[in-house]
Order: sequence, then C-alpha cells, then structure tokens
Amino acid sequence: MNSAQIEIQLIASLVAIACAIPGTFLVLRKMALITDAISHSILLGIVIGFFLTNDLSSPLLIPIAALSGILTVILVEFIQKTNLVKEDTAIGLVFPTMFSIGVILIDKKADDVHLDLDAVLVGKIEYAPLNSFIWDGINLGPKALWVIGIIALITIILLFAFFKELKISTFDAGLAAALGLSPVAVHYGLMTVASITTVGAFDAVGAILVIAFMIAPAAIAYLLTNDLIKMLIFSCTFGIVSAISGYWLAHIINASIAGCMTTILGILFLIVYLFAPNKGYFSVLYRQKQQRIEVSLLTLLLHLRNHKDDETERHVKHLNEHINWQQVRAKSVLDLARNNNMIYIQNDIISLTEKGEHFTSEAIDYIISNKNSEIEHMKDRFFLFRG
Amino acid sequence: MEQKIAVQIDDLTVAYNYKPVLWDIDLSIPEGVLMAIVGPNGAGKSTLIKSILDLIQPIAGSVKIYGKPYKKQRSLVAYVPQKGSVDWDFPTTALDVVMMGTYGSLGWIKRPGQKEKKASLEALEKVGMLAFKNRQISQLSGGQQQRIFLARALVQNASIYFMDEPFQGVDATTEIAIINILKELRKSGKTVIVVHHDLQTVPEYFDWVTFLNVKKIATGVVKDIFNDDNLTKTYGINYKVSVQQ
Amino acid sequence: MSLQEYIELIFTDYTLRTVTIGTAVLGTICGMLGSFAVLRKQSLLGDAISHAALPGIALAFLLFGELNIFNEFLADMLGKIIGSEQSYAILTFLISNKSFTILIGALCSGIIGTIWIRGITNKTHLKSDTALGLILSLFFGFGMLLLTYIQKQPNANQAGLDGYLFGQAATLLERDVWLMAVILLISFLMLLIFWKELKLLLFDTDYTRTLGFNSKFLDILISTFIVIAIVIGLQTVGVVLMSAMLLAPAAAARQWTNSLSVMVILASGFGALSGVIGTAISASQNNLSTGPVIVLVAAVFVFISFIFSPGRGLLFREIRFRKNRTDLELHKTLSFMYHIASDHENISHPHAIKILNNFRGFTKKSLKQLEHKDYITINGNMWAMTQSGYETASNLYNQLKVDHE
Repeated sequence: MNSAQIEIQLIASLVAIACAIPGTFLVLRKMALITDAISHSILLGIVIGFFLTNDLSSPLLIPIAALSGILTVILVEFIQKTNLVKEDTAIGLVFPTMFSIGVILIDKKADDVHLDLDAVLVGKIEYAPLNSFIWDGINLGPKALWVIGIIALITIILLFAFFKELKISTFDAGLAAALGLSPVAVHYGLMTVASITTVGAFDAVGAILVIAFMIAPAAIAYLLTNDLIKMLIFSCTFGIVSAISGYWLAHIINASIAGCMTTILGILFLIVYLFAPNKGYFSVLYRQKQQRIEVSLLTLLLHLRNHKDDETERHVKHLNEHINWQQVRAKSVLDLARNNNMIYIQNDIISLTEKGEHFTSEAIDYIISNKNSEIEHMKDRFFLFRG
Repeated sequence: MEQKIAVQIDDLTVAYNYKPVLWDIDLSIPEGVLMAIVGPNGAGKSTLIKSILDLIQPIAGSVKIYGKPYKKQRSLVAYVPQKGSVDWDFPTTALDVVMMGTYGSLGWIKRPGQKEKKASLEALEKVGMLAFKNRQISQLSGGQQQRIFLARALVQNASIYFMDEPFQGVDATTEIAIINILKELRKSGKTVIVVHHDLQTVPEYFDWVTFLNVKKIATGVVKDIFNDDNLTKTYGINYKVSVQQ
Repeated sequence: MSLQEYIELIFTDYTLRTVTIGTAVLGTICGMLGSFAVLRKQSLLGDAISHAALPGIALAFLLFGELNIFNEFLADMLGKIIGSEQSYAILTFLISNKSFTILIGALCSGIIGTIWIRGITNKTHLKSDTALGLILSLFFGFGMLLLTYIQKQPNANQAGLDGYLFGQAATLLERDVWLMAVILLISFLMLLIFWKELKLLLFDTDYTRTLGFNSKFLDILISTFIVIAIVIGLQTVGVVLMSAMLLAPAAAARQWTNSLSVMVILASGFGALSGVIGTAISASQNNLSTGPVIVLVAAVFVFISFIFSPGRGLLFREIRFRKNRTDLELHKTLSFMYHIASDHENISHPHAIKILNNFRGFTKKSLKQLEHKDYITINGNMWAMTQSGYETASNLYNQLKVDHE
C-alpha cells in the first residue's frame, strides 16, 4: 500500500463516518429523501460559489453550497405548507429545478472550467491525494482529507453535545417541545449538518453516492438493532467497512471507486435485508408462518370452549366446513394441540382437556385486555408452540 | 316471527398483521334490522366489516351473505368506508364520487350513461346535496363529505349496507339526516349495519346491537340487551349509561 | 433567429424536427402518466426508478452491445427451444437495435427496483422514504461501477452511454420517436379503456375491491406504464431529471382544475409544451443541454400555476384572505358603532370619532369604507349611523348570536 492508497481509504472512511451520523437520524425521522434533494441542489450552490470566488478549491465554496442545501429544505417545506401538492411531490419538484439551473449555468458560463458533470454525480476520490493542502510551503497532505476530517470531527462533537436533544426530538417531538428543547432548532441544525456533510463528501464520492453513504449504513443498522447508540456505532462501522473494501474492489476490477463502495453497501444491505435476525426477510416470513399456526391453534381452542355443549360444533369434520380450513392445516393444528395435551378426541368429537381449558380462559383475558406480551409469557409457561 | 338471515358469520377469526383482532365470532344478522356494532377502540369493529367484505383475509371462519359467499353476492352489498380513508383533495366532484357507486353493476370497461347519472342525481337529492353536485369534494364540510359517501352507497341499490363510523366528525343536522335515511332504508326492508361510537344514541337510532371486543359479547334487540351488564363486559370498566327508553 | 425562421427550420432540419417531435411526445406521455403518479403519492418513486434503471442500461450494453461469449451462449440455449435460426435472429436484432435493447434493460432493472422497494416496505420496518433512497443510490452506484468498467474496456463502442446520465436529446433518432409515439398511443388506449377503474382505484382502493374490481391488476397496470414512461424518457432528459419530467406537468395541471380528465389533458399539454419550448430554447443557444432546459420550462409552468391559478393559487388565496380580514374588521367596527347608536333613541345621532379610539379594529381607512358603503355618514370629526348601517349591524349581531348557540 502506498501513501496515496492509504489517504484515499482514510478519506473514504471519514466520509462514511460523517455521513452515517446524520444519516441515522434522517432515517429514523423518515426524512431519508431530503438527502436526495440536498445532494442534487448543492450543485447550484457550488456553481454560484464558483462564480463568486472564481476558484473551485476555495474554502468559501463549502458554506455557499451548504446554504443552497438548506435553501432546498426551506423551499420544500414552504411548498408542503401551501398544500398545493402532496409532500413528496414538493421534494420531487424542487431539487431537479435547482439541479437544472446548475447544469445550465455550467453549460453557459463555466464550460471552459473543469467542472465535470460526471464527477458531480460520482466524485473523483481517485484524484484526491493529488490535490494537496500547502500552507507556508509545507505539504500538509490532501486537502479533501482536511475538509472531510474537520466536518467529521464537528459532526462527532455536535453529536456528543446534543445527543439528548437529538434523541428526544427524534422519538417524541411533542415531548421535546414540552421540555423546552426546541425540536425546530434541532431539525434545522440536523439539516445544516447534513448539508455541510453532503458538500464535504460530494467532492469525494459525488452527489448520488452521498445518499448511499447517508441512508444505507443507517438502514442496515436499523435492521439489526433498535438501540440508538448501537445503531450509530453499527452504521459507522458498516460505512467504514464498505468504504475500505469498496476501494479494494475498485482496485481489482479497475472500476469507479465510489461505484464499488456503493455496490459493497448494496451487497451488505441485501445480505442483512434477507438474513437479519428478527427483522430480516426470512426471519419475518418464518415468524409470520409460526404466528399463523399459533393463532390458528388459539382459534381452535377458543372455538372448542365456546361450544362446550354443542357436539356438532366440535366434530372433526366441522373444522373443514365452518372454520373453513383446508384439510392440511386443520390436521397440523389438531396435532399440535394434541401433542401439547390441550385437547382429546373421542369418536371424532374434540374436547378441551383441563390444561387446555385453563390456557384458553387465560388467553381470552389477555387478548381482550390487548396485552399481547402476556400471551408470550403464557406460551413459555404452558408449552412450546413449536410442538 | 321467522326472519331471513342476511349475514351469517361462523367462527370468524382475524389476525391483523398477525395480531389477534377478532376471535371466533359467530353472528347472524337477520334481514331488515338497523344494527349498531359497538365496542372500545381496537375492538375490531372496522375489521369485522372489512372481513365480511372480503377486504381482509381471515385466518379461520366463513361469511355468508344470504347463504352464499360474498364474491357471489357483491351486487347485494353496499359499503361506506371511513371518511378518513380517502384523499379528499382528489380532483373530482361530488356527483362523480356518487357515480362511482354505479361502477360495480356496470362491470369492467363499460361507462356510466344517462341512466347512471339520473340515479346518482336522485341519490344526491335524497341526502340533500343536489345543490353541491359540481362542487370539488375538498370544498365540502365533513358532514357533506359523509353524505356524499352515503349517496354513493345508495346508488348501489343494495340489500345490505355496511357503514364504518358514518357519524364521525359530522354536524348535528347531518347526523339526523343520515339516521333518517338509514331508518327509511330499514323500512323498505334493507339491512343496515353501522359501526357506531356514541353509546348514548344507540337506543334512539338502532333496533339491533352487537357488542364487540375482540370476541362477540352479545347481540340482539336493543331493548333486550343494551344494558349496563353488557356494556361493562364490553368496555371492561364499570360502565353506566342512562338508557333512555 | 426569428420565430418564423425557427418554425421553418423545424420543417427542414431533420435533427431539430426529430428532437422537437420526440420531446413533445415524451412530454405528453409523462404528463399523462405523471398525473397518476402524483395522485397516488408516488412522486418520488419515479426518481428512484430512473436511477435504478442505470445498471440495466449498462448491463444491456455489456451483454448485448456486441457479439460475445455470453450472448452467444444464451442464443444457443434459447436456440434449443425455438430453433437456432430464430434465436440468432433475435440476438442480431438486439445487437443492431441498441437503443431498444438498452430500453429493455432499463425496464427490467426499473421493475426489479420497484419490486424491491415494495419488499422492503412490506417485510421490514424500514419506511418508504428509506426504501426509495436505498434503491435509488445503491442501484445507481452499481450502475456507475458497470459504466466505468465498460469505459475502461479496450475498443468498446460506448457512444451514447454517457447520455443517459443527463440525457442527450440530440441523439434521438426517428425510430426512437416512432417507438415513443407507439407507447403514447398504447398508454392513451389503456387509460381510455380502464379510465373508470383507474379513477376509482386512485380515489378509494378498498371500495374498488368491494365492487369486485381486481385492484392488484389495476395497480400493476398503472405502475408498469409509469415505469415505461420513465424508461423511455431517460435517453432524452437523463436519469437525474427524469422524475421532474414526470411530476412537474401534473403538479402544474392539478392547480387549474378539479376534474381528473381535465387534469390529465392539461398535464399532457404542459408536458408537450415544455418539450417543444425547451427544445427551441436549447436549439437557439449554443451549448445548452436540452434536458435541463425542458425541466426548467416545466418548472416555470409549475411556478406560474402555484401563484396564479384562480382556484388554488397563492396569489388569489392571499387576496381572499385579506378581503376576509378587512370584512371582519369592518364588521367589528360596525357592531361597535351599533352598540353606541342603539343607546340613543335616534340611531343617526352623531358621535365623536374620538370615542372609537379605545376600539382596536378601527382605522381611518375602515371609516371611509363604511361611509362608502352608506353604513355611516361622516361630518368633520363626528360620525352618525344610517338606517341601512343600523339594519346591517343588527343582522350581523343576530347572526353572531345564532352561531354561538
């Protein structure tokens, strides 16, 4: 590994951290798509900033571009408040318009300048080590490293300073307001951080891949945990892992670094989406099937109890006719109940055992009081439904 | 008196998102009643109607409309969903919404013609909304929107009407207008089933009532079963309602 | 260049004519189907799908750009079923009609993206905004990987691939326009046939089902057409701006009408106009990409509609709001005067204007307006109520009482 390679990986990892932190909160606040809007509209800010400073590497470009990101948020919210269109339409109108103005300005005025549109979308992290920060004649390393490093540092400091405010206003804006924590200030603070991070990361990974670095690690983490602190740690970790492995993938197959990083994020998300314990696709499918059987079993028990005195209602055949189950399911549910000593069958008439009776009446109590968690305890106490 | 059964529900169990909502419901609704379904929030009142209308797949049990499954009896059934379930900013007029009631009998592709328009105008007049027929639906008050929904169901010219909280967020005049139309429907032999919230008005508006809280607590003639005992069973706490007879 | 010269140029210049007709047709399709996307609250689905189409474009190019081991193998496999002659005919067609092949690729990956978005929102607790953002950025990133991979291949003919990012209207060929026209016709017929059902579905899905219509079929039908509209627009306006092409005409049209059919027609018109005007502007200037200009023209339509539409526009809303407020203030002043006047036997007994000072709603302007309406007469610094003013005020007063009861 030469020093340029190390620098690229370092920059990418810092981008991942700086994006993952605001990204986590945006995902939790159901505002993930605002990153889509910000990352596109800052093009306009960068172009205007370039006209003002005439220098693509001017540090002033960052606040100007971030301002255009915040302007986007304000515009979107203004349009939403007019109720003229639905909420998501407002986002979909604002950012393409600003992006178009940016592109047209580049076409008309900045054609002789190196403002490559492809680079706007995918960044040019490959060249980051070449653009050094030289101060007083001393080479202090790549400029991008400094920019994103400072942004990441500020983001982390803000996270520690306002963790409580962020947490409360994310999960209960009403409570936050009641406690005097001003959810509005937190909202715009978060938007500002998101804008600045987007601008800083933009140079490295480009407009659209910033979105990936903001949303994907947070979404992966959210599928694995519900704990906010763990979620933040996970999303930073996943971001860094995909940044570094993405770099090496690009190195091997000789393709866009940013594209490879996003692809790794995509693969990670796919794996977690399918296999995450509890919340993954297969886990949810399995649980739904399991619950269906459990609910069916309870239905059967309740039905038996309701018709204690009516033998025809408790006839095996009746399950097919009235309860409307296919034969297979009726049989598997019956077997499950019998294996757990809940019922006995005599001359094709099903009856509850004492244990079954006790269980059913307790179940009804809990169902009516809407305490589903209690049923979980009951199941542990009585038997294992897995029969 | 032997009455025909309009709706027969057997052993109906529904788990919504795999959480139990309705448990082993047996219910026979005789023809020609004006019935309220009452129960606390989350008791499964809307779910019951939706599973009768085949909008929700039950885990177990069967529903029969005049002895046959719903799929074969659609033309006999009209539905008034909760007002909040649609986007009232949708670009359409009151008359247009009422015309939607005729789509079912028209079937695929065929367009509503003069006959359908005439029926829709009549329904609008019945609910007192003829003057508003060309009004965009977002410019109607909550009560007026509910009347439009009722008119849409009336146009279906069904035998059984299911209504999900038709009195939610409507003014007093509309409430009276609606209940008068419902009573008229019953007089002409139709069956009307209403999810209802206001316990005070049950004896005044309805002749049948079903108490529901996940399972069926009681069902029958209001005079016989609308009492503190059933209310307490349904609502859990010691519930007292001064029943005006 | 004058307008007349430009119109003449459209008839004589092949490229300009193709691009003008092409963008007009595309705008019409987008406006028509975009109305449904907007009303279904799926505005940003278009954005996600247009980005998600990128890997499909790249893969189609990579696999069917020229004869290679992969597609020859595929053709051999297919050949065992339908005969190798037909199978190779298909392969040759795909390779020689690149824009069609790319369209199919885009369509496939757009549909996969849509399905995955639904999978994420249905099966996990991630919300739709996260799902859209994920698919948008992850698919796009993978697409970029493929694109850069293609670009670095030796002697790969990659002309036109870059155009998909920002659109290259100038590369439109006559047969592309024909394809668009056919799709326009099919979508129009689809809307015509299923108009009633689609309207019902959009307004009230549950009710649609109780009436016996297959809502799933209708849902897939309209979604598929929206995806098709997006995919055919990619070549012209590009991945980034496609969603605006879909939304803007519909959002503008919604402001002018309260009827779905008028909205769809207006949106189609706005879309077509955006295409034609945008093409004209970018053709009359040097160095101006067509896609962004079209989107900007559409945005101007939206802006004008938001402000000036008579029913919903912000300007008229503000005017109505101000008028209501002035009316309210006048009424308040009038009823205050009514209380003073009703203490006297002669209601037109003059009073000093000064005694109104402790009432906040009163201004010189409002007094003038009251005088103008003949409710009061003003004489120096004294005012007196007229008979008509007294009656109006007493009516107002009674109305207020009724309202409160």
